[in-house]
Amino acid sequence: MRKLLFGSLIRPPLTEPPPGVSDAAMEELATSIDKAARRRLGHSLSIRAVDAGSCNGCELEMHALSNAFYDVERFGIRFVASPRHADILMVTGPVTRNMGEALLRTYNATPDPKWVVALGGCARDGGCFAGSYAVFGGVSTVVPVDLHIPGCPPSPSDILKGLLALLEEVNKGGRVS
Amino acid sequence: MQILTNVMKASHSVPAHQPWPRVVVDVPAWISVAEALRDGHLILLGLWGEQDVVHMALLDASDASVGVVSLNELEGTYPSIAGYHPPALRLERTIRDLTGLEPQDLPDSRPWLDHGRWDIRFPLGQAVSRSSVAVPYAFLEAKGESLHQIPVGPVHAGIIEPGHFRFTANGETVVRLEERLGYVHKGIETLISGVELGKAAQLAGRTSGDSTVAYAYAFSRAVEAALGMEIPSRAVWLRAIMAELERLANHLGDIGAICNDAAFSLMLAHCGVLRERVLRAADVAFGHRLMRDRIICGGVAVDLEYNGISALRGLVAEIRRRFPPLVELYDNTASLQDRTVGTGRVVAELARQYGAGGYVGRASGRDFDARRILPYSPYDELAFDVPVFSEGDVNARIWIRIREVENSLSLVEQILDRIPAGPVRIEVSENAEAREGMAVVEGFRGDVLIWLRLSGSRIERCHLRDPSWFQWPLLEAAIEGNIVADFPLCNKSFNCSYSGHDL
Repeated sequence: MRKLLFGSLIRPPLTEPPPGVSDAAMEELATSIDKAARRRLGHSLSIRAVDAGSCNGCELEMHALSNAFYDVERFGIRFVASPRHADILMVTGPVTRNMGEALLRTYNATPDPKWVVALGGCARDGGCFAGSYAVFGGVSTVVPVDLHIPGCPPSPSDILKGLLALLEEVNKGGRVS
Repeated sequence: MQILTNVMKASHSVPAHQPWPRVVVDVPAWISVAEALRDGHLILLGLWGEQDVVHMALLDASDASVGVVSLNELEGTYPSIAGYHPPALRLERTIRDLTGLEPQDLPDSRPWLDHGRWDIRFPLGQAVSRSSVAVPYAFLEAKGESLHQIPVGPVHAGIIEPGHFRFTANGETVVRLEERLGYVHKGIETLISGVELGKAAQLAGRTSGDSTVAYAYAFSRAVEAALGMEIPSRAVWLRAIMAELERLANHLGDIGAICNDAAFSLMLAHCGVLRERVLRAADVAFGHRLMRDRIICGGVAVDLEYNGISALRGLVAEIRRRFPPLVELYDNTASLQDRTVGTGRVVAELARQYGAGGYVGRASGRDFDARRILPYSPYDELAFDVPVFSEGDVNARIWIRIREVENSLSLVEQILDRIPAGPVRIEVSENAEAREGMAVVEGFRGDVLIWLRLSGSRIERCHLRDPSWFQWPLLEAAIEGNIVADFPLCNKSFNCSYSGHDL
């Protein structure tokens, strides 16, 4: 173990420079974040992931955000275990009828101010599962959505771009001491 | 004893079913198969229904023969298999939920995928509309002094899929775990009915995102078997590279994540880097990190170019250099071994009875790998080991993955050395009559089975059976007598698919 740890000290970091923010995301966000929210949030974002019917592809890329290459925590973004601790619900999947209530309850358990990020093509409009008897459709059919990040699944850098846009928008007014 | 061969010989064979035979049996023959399952002479590969038909895919381990037996022209009921052979239980509850066929004397009459929230009942049978009302689910009882229940899910604490776990514990010790699944049921088998092959392949590839290659692989092979198509040999080899990359990525991710669930995050950090390297190499080589929609009917969607080959060779070299020290670290860290050795044991008999595939089966002495037992090209020409352990604990499931990482590296190398040149896809041939095909592909998690019937260029019925069907029930057995805090560890060492199971 010692050798491994020493190796990590000597090697240059794998972490990559942050990607630019996504323009499309900025536009979508402009309307959804108000001043009060900015003041209360400060600089960090806590995310609660909710799989509302995904094939688990989006979850894999969400996991990748925490690896050494993307290291999402350096931006003050972290995944939390409870909706009670969350600023953002990151929802994946076409919302299945069997998950609709659970998603709504998770949303209601999240304190204000909160945002919902719909991750992946299915979360936008149901993707290839749209129209099924077992599916409601996109996330916005069940809870209000502030930002869509498309892709099947979106790559970690796409997710990061969207989240950075969110963070930037939230902090526009400067940090509150 | 070749029981399956005898049953198949004695019954009426369905003509256009490839590559294994399908026969229509009568009720006594159906029961005799159920008894053979009960007595351990046959392994259940799958059990699914249509409006008035039930099909059962079987493996005879004595001569590695596979066959499908069907009961036709049912009038609402059929003799339950689960009464003889418990691994069929959830499959039969699903058949009832989706088709309305009632298994006679089913030992558990509760619904499984149908939570009462759909607008219709029996989507794959005679669909009936109804108003959706969530029905309370009666969990099984555990009786005794000072027992308490811990309900978990469907929304879990980590970034994982939804499912409900109901623990009954005595202090810290789990007395009973009962799973309730179906939360991510998307109705894939209904959606896939009647659509064209391209769209169907996309749906199949989205059954379980972590096995997108394995599903597209199995689906395409089933279609090609049905149509009697021979695809270009370069495509055959490219498919295997993708399958091995998917195995590598998932196993590396799992090894790290299991150790992380034992609070040893150093392994997660390093394995996470290796996993990311695999995904990036896959992106360079095939244009998508998870290689989604890259395997299509008739071949593959993209060819491997020079820069892809060098990315893959670089990847193999990198993992060969970085992985052994991690294995050594795992093996030499007493605090970590203390958590994984002896935890979550699955006895060999259960693994055999359930026909558990993948690392769950192979860690409990079940020597089954579809690449070896039901070989398909190019694996019949490649050298690889199928690791088997007998301990059946979390540690054994980690070691299976470690050995398979090493084997996959060697397979990628062998394929790169020997891959023939030529075209990578052909057009899917025109076809007018109804044809049936089936394929079993070894995904990272275990054997993925896909059965389908084509009518013209459309899918008439397609059944996708995830390996998780025969692994989820064993998790309930594995956790018994362990402490609640070891559940995440056990669960991660199984890493069953929710989406693949819920369909």
